[in-house]
Amino acid sequence: MTYEEFKSIILLLALLLATGIFLWRAYQLLWINLRRGQPSGPFMRWGERIKGVFVYVGAQLRLFRFTVPGTAHFFIFWGFLILFLTIFQAIVEGLAAFANPHFVLPLIGRFGPLALLQDIFALLVAIAIIYGLIVRLVVNPERYKGSHKNQGVMVLGFILTIMISLLVMNGARINLGEDPLHVWRPISTIIGRIFSGLHENLQVIIKEAAYWLHLGVVFLFLTELPNGKHFHIVTSIPAVLLRDLEPRGRLSTAPVFNGNPGVSQVEQYRWRQMLDFYTCSECGRCQEVCPAYNSGTPLSPKLLIMYLRDNLKERGHALTAGLSDGIMEKSLVGEVITDEILWSCTTCFACDQECPLFIEHVVPIVDMRRHLVIEGRMDKMLQDALANLGRYGNSFGQSDRMRSKWTMGLQPAVKDARREPVDYLWFVGDYASYNATLTDVTRKTAEVFQKAGLNFGILHDSERNAGNDVRRVGEEGLFEMLVEKNSQVLSKVKFRAILTTDPHSYNTLKNEYPENSTGRMTVLHYAELLDQMIASGQLKFTKKLGYKVTYHDPCYLGRYNGIYDAPRRVIEATGCKLVEMPRHGDRSLCCGAGGGRIWMEEKQVKERPSESRIREAVKLDGIQAFIVACPKDLTMYRDAVKTTGNEKGLAVRDLIELVYEAL
Amino acid sequence: MSQDIFVIIEHLRGQVSEISYVMLAGARQLSKSTGGNVSAVLLGQNAQGLANNLAADKVLYLDHPALAEFTSNAYELALVGLIKENSPRVVLLGHSSIGMDVVGGLSINLGLPMVSSCRSFTADGKYISQICGGKIMVEGELPGPTALVTMVPGGYKAELGQSAQAPALTSIPAPALDNLRVSLSKYIEPDTSDVDITKEPILVAVGRGIQNKDNIELADELAKALSGAVCASRPVVDQGWMPTTRLVGKSGKQVKPKIYLALGISGAPEHMEGMGESDTIIAINTDPNAPIFNVAKYGAVVDLLDLTPILTEKIKQAKGG
Amino acid sequence: MKIAVPVKFVPDLVEELNIDPSGTALDTAWLRLIINEFDDHAVEQAILLKEKEGGQVTVITIESEGADDFLFAAAAKGTDQLIKLTGDFSHANNHGLARVYADILKELQPDLILTGVQAHNDLDGSVGPLLAEQLGLPYVGYVAGVSVMGDKVIARKEYSGGLVAEIEIKLPAVLGIQASEQPPRYIAYSKIRQVMGTAKIEEKTVAALDLSGGTTVSRMFQPEVAQRATMLEGGTDEVADKLVSIFKELGTL
Repeated sequence: MTYEEFKSIILLLALLLATGIFLWRAYQLLWINLRRGQPSGPFMRWGERIKGVFVYVGAQLRLFRFTVPGTAHFFIFWGFLILFLTIFQAIVEGLAAFANPHFVLPLIGRFGPLALLQDIFALLVAIAIIYGLIVRLVVNPERYKGSHKNQGVMVLGFILTIMISLLVMNGARINLGEDPLHVWRPISTIIGRIFSGLHENLQVIIKEAAYWLHLGVVFLFLTELPNGKHFHIVTSIPAVLLRDLEPRGRLSTAPVFNGNPGVSQVEQYRWRQMLDFYTCSECGRCQEVCPAYNSGTPLSPKLLIMYLRDNLKERGHALTAGLSDGIMEKSLVGEVITDEILWSCTTCFACDQECPLFIEHVVPIVDMRRHLVIEGRMDKMLQDALANLGRYGNSFGQSDRMRSKWTMGLQPAVKDARREPVDYLWFVGDYASYNATLTDVTRKTAEVFQKAGLNFGILHDSERNAGNDVRRVGEEGLFEMLVEKNSQVLSKVKFRAILTTDPHSYNTLKNEYPENSTGRMTVLHYAELLDQMIASGQLKFTKKLGYKVTYHDPCYLGRYNGIYDAPRRVIEATGCKLVEMPRHGDRSLCCGAGGGRIWMEEKQVKERPSESRIREAVKLDGIQAFIVACPKDLTMYRDAVKTTGNEKGLAVRDLIELVYEAL
Repeated sequence: MSQDIFVIIEHLRGQVSEISYVMLAGARQLSKSTGGNVSAVLLGQNAQGLANNLAADKVLYLDHPALAEFTSNAYELALVGLIKENSPRVVLLGHSSIGMDVVGGLSINLGLPMVSSCRSFTADGKYISQICGGKIMVEGELPGPTALVTMVPGGYKAELGQSAQAPALTSIPAPALDNLRVSLSKYIEPDTSDVDITKEPILVAVGRGIQNKDNIELADELAKALSGAVCASRPVVDQGWMPTTRLVGKSGKQVKPKIYLALGISGAPEHMEGMGESDTIIAINTDPNAPIFNVAKYGAVVDLLDLTPILTEKIKQAKGG
Repeated sequence: MKIAVPVKFVPDLVEELNIDPSGTALDTAWLRLIINEFDDHAVEQAILLKEKEGGQVTVITIESEGADDFLFAAAAKGTDQLIKLTGDFSHANNHGLARVYADILKELQPDLILTGVQAHNDLDGSVGPLLAEQLGLPYVGYVAGVSVMGDKVIARKEYSGGLVAEIEIKLPAVLGIQASEQPPRYIAYSKIRQVMGTAKIEEKTVAALDLSGGTTVSRMFQPEVAQRATMLEGGTDEVADKLVSIFKELGTL
C-alpha cells in the first residue's frame, strides 16, 4: 500500500470518527434535550429574522460594542468561514489521493483570489488569536471571572495550531514547487522561506506533518465543539434567527405547570430558551454591564446561563442514561440557582442589550421568580409590599383614598377623568402620588401640563399600580388582577392617549396591557409629549437656563422602549448644555430600584449602583445637575448624592423641573 | 352586694407587676364615686409579704399550692367563688397576660358584664377605654351589678397605688383546686447575657425609620458617644435586626430612662406602653404627624440617617474626644 | 388532630376613622375591614401544626367585607374546611360572637381551638376566653409557640419583659395566639384563584345574637392631643446643635 492510499484510509476513518462523535453529541444536546423542553414559536417575520442574521452574525454588529475584542472576533469568525474551504479542500484532496495523488479540488482549489484571501485571513486570525491568548492569560479581565478559561485557552490553541500548520504546510508545498497558486499566497511563501534551506526530503516530511497536524487538530476541535461554550459556533445562527421579535417590554405569557405559573425544573423552559443556554460563549459582556454583579451581589447573568446550561446537560444525560446520582433531585430553584441570585436582578435589560447573540437573561430569571412566589420564598419586606399592592393598590400601604391627596390646593383643580372626557389621561403612578418627598415634583408636573394648555385628567383613587414591577417580581396573578382593575376603569374613560410620569407604568401600559376596541392604547411618556409640543411650537420657553447638566437614561424608557433622543431634545430646548456620562444611552447604568428591588431588603453591597452612577456624573467637569425622568430614579439618586457626600456639588432634578423653570 | 372595688393583684416569681399599682391608684379614685372600699385580692402560696406596700383598704389573701404561680385554670376557679360571695361593684384586672386569661371566663361563668382596655375613670365613675391602636376613646357607665374591668397603664401613676403602711390582710380559705387542666411546666429565662436596658439611664431607640440592619451601627455609635444603650421597637426586632432582649413595648420591656431618644419610631400605643414613663423623650421622625410627638418633650422632623452621624460627631467633640 | 380557628374582621387603621353622628360608634361609611392580625397568626399556627402532626383545619368567620377572600387564602394555605356564618352582625360584640362560635364548635368537636389573643377593637374582652368558657374548655392566652404531646399541648406563654412560661394544657382546649412560630406565609394570587374553583365555603345562618355581658357606650371620641413636643426647627446641623445643648442641660454631657 502506498503512502497516499494509507493516508486516504486513515483520513477517512478519522473523518468518520470525528464527525460521528460530533453528530452524536450534537444530537444528544440539540435533539434529545430540546425535545424535553416546552414548545416554542410560531416563528414569523422571516424577512426581519434573516436580515438579523446578516447584521448580527455576518457583520457581528453587537460585538463591536467592545471595540478591540469585537474586531478580533470579527476576523476569527470570517476567517473561520473562509478557511473552512481550505479544510474542506484538504479533506477532499486527501480522500481523493487514494485514486489520484495529485488531485486538486476544482474551482476552490484553483481560484487565485480566494487563495490570497485565505492566506491573509490565516495571518489575521493568528494575530487575533494571539491577542485573545494575551487577554486571557495576561490581562485576565473581570468579565472572564467564572468562565472556563482553560477551555478557552485550549481552543484558542487549537485554532492557532490550525492556522500555523496551514501556513507551514502551504509554505512547504511552495518550497517543493507543488503549488500553482503560489503567487497568491504571500504569507505562506514568507513562512516557507523560514525553512526553505532544508533538504527536500525534510520539506516533504514537514509538509506531511503539517498536514496531519492541521487535520488532526481540526478533528479534535470538532469533537470538542459540542462540549462547552464553543457550541455557540453551531447554535449562534439559529439563536439569532429565532430570537424573540416581540417588544422588549413585553414579557411572554407565564408557562403554567400544575396550575401554577413559574419554572422549577429546567425542562419546563421552552426549547427556544434552552437553545439560548447552549449559545452562551461565556464572553462575560453581560456580567460587565450588570449593576447587580458590579455592586457585589451573587448574580452574574453569564453564570446564570452557564448554570442553566450545565443543569440541562447533566439532567439530559441522567435521564437518557437512566442513572441519577442525585442530579435529578437537585432543585433548579434553590440549589442550582439560589434564591438570592434570583432576587438580586433589577431587570434593567443591560445584559440582554449587550449579548452579541441575543440570549435572554431576564426572561429565565422572571420564570424562576414566579416559582419562588408560588412557594412564598421571599423576604418580609417584599411580602408586605405585595400584600399592600394587593389590598391597597400601592406598595406604600396607604389607603387608595389618599392617592390624589397631592392635588390638594392646586388651582385650577386637576380634572377627574372618570367624570369628564380628556385628551390625555395622566397615569400618575405610585411613587409620584404617595411618596411625600416627590409630590413637589408631581405638582410641578401638573402645573407644566396646565401652562402647556393640555386637556388632561387623572383617575384619582381609582388608579392602581400599573403592575410592571409586580410582574417582574414574579407575582403573575397579582399582576393580572391589577391589569384587570385598571383596565376596567380605563374602559369607562374617554381619552385619546395615556400620559405617564413613570417609565415603569409607561412600559407595561404600552406593551403589556390588553388592546381595546381600537387596538393598542396610545401611551406617551411626558418627555415624548413635551418633545412633540416643542417641535410643533405649542410649547415655548421664556428662559434659557444655561445649566451644565447630564442626563440619566431610565432603563424602562431607554433600553426597553428606545426613547433616548426626545428627553435630550427637551433638555437642549430649555437652554441647558448637555454633557454625556460615559455610560449613556443603551449603556446607562440602572439605579438599582427596578425588578421590585426597591421593595426588598438591601443586603451588604460593595457599592450601590446609584452611588456608582453619581460618582460617574461628578467626574464630568463643571456639572451642575443630574437630570432624571423617573420618580424612582429621583429618590434613588437623591439618596445616593447624600451618601456619597456630593450634596453641595450636584443637584438631582427631574426633567419636568427644568421645563417648569424655563416656561 | 357591696360598693367595694376588688383589685386582682398580679405577680410573677415573687414580684408584683406595675399594673397592680396602677389599678390600685385607679381604684382609689373610683372608690370616691362608688363609695366602697378598695380590696386587693392576692392569690398565691406563702405570698403574704407581697401585700406589704399595696395602697388598699384591705387585702383578701387566698393561699394554695396551685396558686403559687399564675395559671389561668386555678386563678379563675379561685376567683369565681370569691366574686360570687362578695358581689363587689367593680373588679379590676390587668389587661395583661394574667388578667386577660381569666376575665373572659369569669364574665361568662358568673354572667357578669365586662369592659376592657380601660385607661382611667372619670370623676363621676365612668370608664374611659382606648381602642383601635389608641386612635379611639370610649366612655360609658360601668355596667352592673358587678363590672369586670381590665386596665391598661397610662392613666395613673404607679406610685399612687403604693403605700408605706401594710394594709390589713384577711386570709380566705381557697376552694378545692383539683382536676386542673392547665399547669406550669417551667419558666424560660429571658436572655440575661445581653445588656439590661431597663437599667440604662440613656437609651437610643430605633424604629422602622432605621430602614435596614446596617444603619443600626449609626445608633450604636451614638449610644456609645452618650454612654447609653440601643433598644428597639417591635418592627425592628421582628425583622431580626435586634434581639428580643432589646425590645421596648407591651410585649417587651418597660423602661424608664432619664433620656429616651426615639429615632424613626412612630409611637404606636404598644411601644408607648414600654417607654411612656421616661423622664425626657426626644423624638426624631420624618413624619410630622407621628403620634410620638404627642408624648415627647422635644421633637424634630429630620431624617435620622442624616442626623445621627452628625449628632454623634458633635457629642464626641463636646465631650472633648 | 382537628383544629378550629374562629376569626374576625376589624376596622383597617390605615383608613381614617370617623365617629358616626350618634357619637357612640364608628362611622361605617368610611370604614374598611381587615382580618384581625392575631387571627391571621392563629390560622398560620394551625396550618403549621397540621403540617407537623397531620389532621384537619377548619376556619370559621362571620359574613363580612373580605371574608370570602380570606377564607380562600386560608384554603390555599391548606385549610380543609371553610365556614361562614350569615346573619345580622351589625351590632355584634365579642360575647355575642363567642356564643355563636360556641354553637358551631359544639357540632364540630375539635381537639384544639386557636384564635387571636385579642383584636384592637375589643371593648368587652377578647373572643378566645369567652368562647372557652362557653364550651367549658381551658384557655391560655399570649401564646407564641405550640407543640402537641399526645392528649396535651405545650404552649409558650409570653409575659412582658421577655419572660416566657411553658404551660401544659389538657385537650380539648382554646389558645389565644399572640404570634405564630413563623410569620404568616405569602400566598400567590394565582394559587388563591386556583383554589376558588375547588374550595367550598359552607354557609350557616345564625339566629339573633345574645349580646349580654358587654357594656354600653355613652360617648366615642378621638383623643385630644395632650401637649405636643417642643419642635426643634432647622436643618440637620442646627437640630444636632440644639440637641447637644439639651443634653448639656440634662447633665448628660
